[in-house]
Amino acid sequence: MNETINNLIKNEIGQNDVCLFMKGTPDAPQCGFSMAISNMLKILEVNFKGINVLENEELRQGIKAFSDWPTIPQLYIKGEFLGGSDIVKEMYESGELQKKLSEKSINYTKK
Amino acid sequence: MAMDLIEIESLVKKAIPDAVIDIQDLAGDGNHYSATIISSLFKGKSKIEQHKIVYNALKGKMGNELHALAIKTKEKD
Repeated sequence: MNETINNLIKNEIGQNDVCLFMKGTPDAPQCGFSMAISNMLKILEVNFKGINVLENEELRQGIKAFSDWPTIPQLYIKGEFLGGSDIVKEMYESGELQKKLSEKSINYTKK
Repeated sequence: MAMDLIEIESLVKKAIPDAVIDIQDLAGDGNHYSATIISSLFKGKSKIEQHKIVYNALKGKMGNELHALAIKTKEKD
């Protein structure tokens, strides 16, 4: 994999506790799955960084290689890859996502 | 490029022979699917590993020909 992209990904994941690689931005998602995770994080009032892969084709391919995961969005919490929208949605509905945020000492609003 | 339902089902079946599969074409456009897959192969595996088994079954089509496939995996008892 392109080393520059690999380092860029590592930096983003290292510097942002909650990092969402997505299509579009949290305010203007370009894909329903990206919007879904972004909205869950907003509902939980989690402070996260959305990274728009549509702005960088190398990043779009690079993130898939990085996690060995073929789709976007991809959510990372404190460096750990949590999954795509299906997994995150299941975790959100079961309360596992909230548990994970607590375990990793990330602030969120309990509903 | 779209993929039809039968093709998705047969790819999954080939890789996960005991799979019970329920696929729905959400928009009727051959491009947005939702699949529930139940298999004993998922036992003891994390959700990420379970979904990777399904992605591997689809042989690289996920994210390419197949744009939108929501996946739900369940362990068979």
